[in-house]
Amino acid sequence: MSQKIFTHVYANGMVLLAEPNPSLESVAFTFLSPSGCRYDPIDQAGLATMSADMALRGAGNRDSRQFINDLETLGVNKHEAVTNAHTSFSGAMLAENLSPALDIYADLLRRPVLPNDKLEEARQVVLLELVAIEDDPSHKVMLELRRRHYPDPYGRSSQGDLAGIQSITQQDVERYCRNRYRPQGTILGVAGKFDWEQLRDHVGELFGDWPEGREEDIAETEIGEKIVHLEHDSSQTQIGIAYESVAYSNPDYFQASGAIGVLSGGMSSRLFTEVREKRGLCYSVYATPHSLEHRGAVLCYAGTSAERAQETLDVTLGELVRLSQGVEAAELDRLKARIKSGLIMQQESSSARSSSLARDWHHLKRGRTLEEVGEIVDRLSCETINKYLAEHPARDFTIVTLGQQPLEVTVGVS
Amino acid sequence: MEFLKAQLPNGLEIVAEFDPNAHSAGYGFFVQTGSRDETDDISGVSHFLEHMVFKGTPHRSADDVNREFDEMGAHYNAFTSEENTVYHAAVLPEYQEPCVALLADIMRPSLRQADFDTEKKVIIEEIKMYSDEPPFGADDRLKAAFFGSHPMARSILGTEESIIALTAEQMLEYFRRRYSPGNILLAAAGRIDFDALVKQATDLCGAWDAVEAPRERPEVDAAEAFLVEQRDSAAQEYIMQLMSGPAANDADRFAAKILATVLGDDSGSRLYWELVDNGLAEHASLSHYDYDHAGVYMTSLGCEPERAAENLATLVAVLRDAEENGITQEELTQAQSKINSRIVLSSERPKNRLFNVGGNWLQRREYRSVRHDLDTVSAVSLDDIHAVMAKYPLTRGSTLAIGPLATLAQP
Repeated sequence: MSQKIFTHVYANGMVLLAEPNPSLESVAFTFLSPSGCRYDPIDQAGLATMSADMALRGAGNRDSRQFINDLETLGVNKHEAVTNAHTSFSGAMLAENLSPALDIYADLLRRPVLPNDKLEEARQVVLLELVAIEDDPSHKVMLELRRRHYPDPYGRSSQGDLAGIQSITQQDVERYCRNRYRPQGTILGVAGKFDWEQLRDHVGELFGDWPEGREEDIAETEIGEKIVHLEHDSSQTQIGIAYESVAYSNPDYFQASGAIGVLSGGMSSRLFTEVREKRGLCYSVYATPHSLEHRGAVLCYAGTSAERAQETLDVTLGELVRLSQGVEAAELDRLKARIKSGLIMQQESSSARSSSLARDWHHLKRGRTLEEVGEIVDRLSCETINKYLAEHPARDFTIVTLGQQPLEVTVGVS
Repeated sequence: MEFLKAQLPNGLEIVAEFDPNAHSAGYGFFVQTGSRDETDDISGVSHFLEHMVFKGTPHRSADDVNREFDEMGAHYNAFTSEENTVYHAAVLPEYQEPCVALLADIMRPSLRQADFDTEKKVIIEEIKMYSDEPPFGADDRLKAAFFGSHPMARSILGTEESIIALTAEQMLEYFRRRYSPGNILLAAAGRIDFDALVKQATDLCGAWDAVEAPRERPEVDAAEAFLVEQRDSAAQEYIMQLMSGPAANDADRFAAKILATVLGDDSGSRLYWELVDNGLAEHASLSHYDYDHAGVYMTSLGCEPERAAENLATLVAVLRDAEENGITQEELTQAQSKINSRIVLSSERPKNRLFNVGGNWLQRREYRSVRHDLDTVSAVSLDDIHAVMAKYPLTRGSTLAIGPLATLAQP
């Protein structure tokens, strides 16, 4: 069966992408709203998260309880997240319940109640999420890594900070939702079982007359120190390493991500083999590509006991540096097999497809079928990847460690 | 969808759900062994052995095992619970033969000393990792307090000390006793070729020696303990409770799962509205877990230490109110539609069906189609829910708190 993505851009700028898969009984949607934490005012870090929390407390003529009860009665498995660029609202359900679910989300995005008497409860929820990170060292080190690696506001995490969260008023939340929950930049991805024309018209009725919001400029600032240690009373030391790579929209992206796949995809990959299998240094070690619109990075993690942390850091950095010498044919063959089966298995999940569709539009301004990705992967060769690696060696590392003792960084830093 | 089963002369059973429309296929060896089948001197051996199974066989090195799985593009892993150790892989249908061949081969591992020594370090790192994350290993202490001398009290990971003391000979002896074909199930789901699967299992597993692999199933004599562990470095206080609930062989388990959803799902439940939505707690939930002749409800609460006593009192009050006044038809219907939607969504992936098909067979020698599960959930009545609460009180069990507090008021 040939894959097809339907696309419609409404007059106010909102985009709908939909990929049918009639072999599924389910359908899933993902709204990406251009209201990520990068738009938080510098003294109100946490505003996007608190606004999303408030928006979920009732919409249209539903109060907070009715809102959730109605979604659960429709069997909508919902999820929401605030990332650097977006607030995403997604749901998966049986196909027949898509229309009434979208009605509810149109209310959420366009007519959130934002109940003033719930503001303090929302603030408390957001504060607790911030506190919870203190007890989650592996999460904490990776948040700090991104914050250090990218210029502000692109390295920010959604949790905000104490002073920011405490300063947010009802008016701030109302203004934020009015400005940032808006059609231009909003992408709706739908995948699974649906009728395209009906969907396009229904979304048009719900969102076609949504007025456009105002655009603001973002100023970038560097965060400073790239190599830092955070004191933490734990038996393990957490290590986060980042270095520059290319963005998802870059024509070389698949060369870069292919190389990272050789480094850290599957249990025969280099990091797993060298750090865990041969030396038994840690339970968890990985590297993964991360992409913003115009820049990308490789993010790498390892967690190990304090006395073996130095060796873990040295071996991991050694593998990152060695990667620039190139990948081998057998490694690439394994990588291609993994990607190919992963692409086919992704078709079995309407949720995974709906979010990929929306993310593709954000980065590429178009949808990309899994067949097209498969063709790109088929064209990868050692020659193309190694050419990329020679031109983009791992260097200028950002390194964050968290634990009882700081570590020595001896390689690859300029 | 079609259910298929077979058994080899040495006792190995093979079960499968064939779905001609699936894009992929899942295969798994389900071994009926876990921490409840251990003794003090080998605490943690089931989980350590699970790691060692990937370390090579007389025919393959550890590198070969990892490399061959990756060459098929397999999505593969393993896990150990209190009572099962499961090795599973999802692949495209054309890789059935090499995938099953590899899985079958690693089920007879070499357990080489050098690999054992290296992997021991990885296991210790895993224990340390969990000891740094909430609930900082305290879940093991709660289980031990609740189950007392019952085998379900045993820790899956073991302790740093028990792992250091464990020898390769002890592991080999445990392997011989527990990895007997009569104690192992080969399950498959998705677009599979059952005849080829049975033939392959006959060729590759037919010569495995059968020994008796008995399991003790004593009655659970649940304790009512209240424990407080101080951990200064934690930012939040974490409180968990265990209460008795229906076991895997108990038909009440569906009512228990629906009840847990009404009272303690992570969204839209009574605990959600009383403690999470209003920001009093970071999380507050109730779940039900069923095991071989044992079952538990578990509550989990995380919040600022100053609010812990009050929040725990609220949690207990929510459970007590349900016991005394029941739940409403509206709550029941909402939970049923939520659970049924989750069942359908999850069933769209063969690798999820694999665990369902394998788990049901292991626990009850029963095949349950998606339709059968949906119908069973829909048939649960308010009377069923109220009956399960009368039989298994939610307010009697053991509690453990870990975090900055030195003491905590018992509600």
